[in-house]
Amino acid sequence: MTVATLRSVYPGPGGFDPRRLRREFPIFASNPDLVFLDSGASAQKPRSVIDRVADYYRTDYANVHRGVYRLSARSTELFEEAREKVRCFLNAADRREIVFVRGATEAINLVAQSWGTAFLKAGDEIVISELEHHSNIVPWQMLRDRLGIRLMVAPIDATGGLDLAAFEARLSPRTRLVAITHLANATGALVPIETVTRLAHRRGAKVLIDGCQAAPRLAVDVQALDCDFYTFSGHKTYGPTGIGVLYGRYELLSAMPPWQGGGEMILSVTFERSEFQDPPHRFEAGTPDISGAIGLGTAIDFIEELGRDNILEHEEALTGYGVDRLSRIPGLRLVEAGQRRLGILSFDLEGVHPHDLAQVLDQYHVAVRAGHHCAQPLMERLGLAGTTRASLGVYNDEPDIDALAAALEAGREMFAR
Amino acid sequence: MMDLRELYQDIILDHGRHPRNFRTIEHPTHCAQGHNPLCGDRVTVYLALDGDRIIDVSFQGRGCAISTAAASLMTEVLKGKTVAEAQALFGQFHARVTGGEPAALPEALAEEAERLDPLTGVKAFPARVKCATLSWHALEAALKGGGAGPAVKTE
Repeated sequence: MTVATLRSVYPGPGGFDPRRLRREFPIFASNPDLVFLDSGASAQKPRSVIDRVADYYRTDYANVHRGVYRLSARSTELFEEAREKVRCFLNAADRREIVFVRGATEAINLVAQSWGTAFLKAGDEIVISELEHHSNIVPWQMLRDRLGIRLMVAPIDATGGLDLAAFEARLSPRTRLVAITHLANATGALVPIETVTRLAHRRGAKVLIDGCQAAPRLAVDVQALDCDFYTFSGHKTYGPTGIGVLYGRYELLSAMPPWQGGGEMILSVTFERSEFQDPPHRFEAGTPDISGAIGLGTAIDFIEELGRDNILEHEEALTGYGVDRLSRIPGLRLVEAGQRRLGILSFDLEGVHPHDLAQVLDQYHVAVRAGHHCAQPLMERLGLAGTTRASLGVYNDEPDIDALAAALEAGREMFAR
Repeated sequence: MMDLRELYQDIILDHGRHPRNFRTIEHPTHCAQGHNPLCGDRVTVYLALDGDRIIDVSFQGRGCAISTAAASLMTEVLKGKTVAEAQALFGQFHARVTGGEPAALPEALAEEAERLDPLTGVKAFPARVKCATLSWHALEAALKGGGAGPAVKTE
């Protein structure tokens, strides 16, 4: 489908009509009652992605980067084409700055183990924030325990946003890396990463941004952001599971040692020593998730066809509607998300445990996430055992929020009896 | 799908809101923590044994209505039972909520087993079975581990 058609088939006030766009997502045909509000955990897949992955296996499949036969060359071309699509998606300067990984978790572990081990020493400091997902906490703790570095945590302020003054105070001449989320998965707080990056760079620190929740919702330009590493997962971006992206500045990647050894990442191997490939292949040992990368490329096409500005406008409008609608429910408290909340509504309903609430919502076919959202330190900080979280996608609309609100009222009644 | 009122029966909501024996025991002979990493729920079970007999049992922690009610009902049925009876009750309860083949219980325990009936609704909700068994797993760990029992996990 071309740029013109997707938007002309499903026109709407914000560029597209989310309800009619559902026709592009087979999951809704198989589950007609589904009110899917868990895209923050994983997004549903458009038909184009599902078909592309299947077609690739049917018509173009062979391993990449080795065969001389035509089919392998074709497969390699498709795989590298997907890399080019990701480069455009992030506006990276160079295709070699795009490393395919399993997901953002693997990307962060790659940076920790490769860059961290090679360039950090005892006493160096890494700054993270209270808003982080476990995947942007645990790899740094593991590195800390191995190297004797220090892990500093920048707090949130009273509004639930990153406390910029406190963040700046955490920076020191020993700060080597700031690893921070672009959009907090547990609360929907958008982090002013341009400012964060500028402040970190002023201190000579590198910046890694976890873009898992941001990449599907707003345009990302790594050159404009001026960040050193950026990562996102394919499956939250309407693509397949098992594929993700690490962007790294070329001069950084080329100075980093491999983190996994094997085929695909070497130039030559003897029993005495091996010579490694240049990035990105140096970091892609073994047969990669070829179909995943190609499927991700198709997901990116889908996003670009809808228009990233349109998607942002859609998510912002629906987030605003959700805040208004949920705020009217007695006993419901939205978790604060700073100056700007995007695509995620995390809340507590007085007297009802999130798991009990999610159970009731499921009865009404409303799919949400309940619990700590892999952000236990943040939950602890907020004084909550967990929350119930509704997260939005391109296929959600106001009736979905209304269905959520109605199910919440039913839950409130059930537990008040 | 099963009616949610089968899962959230009045007795569950009552014990969820007003758990019985929700306290510590000052000098427990046995104690252990249960933790469900999936949801972050935690429960600590305290036991005071006199020889082989449970003279007091209590719990603390935070959890959903199901796990709180399950812990509360557990403490109610266990008081005065022997360790072997407690284990028999758990075995039978576990089988009932997981859809296994429940072992026959001695006649003397039939009434206690029946008191756990309201919890067996979780069988229709596989994701919630762990909520109903968390405190029982902690009990088992406490009996095995003694005073400074380790945390058990259900995931």
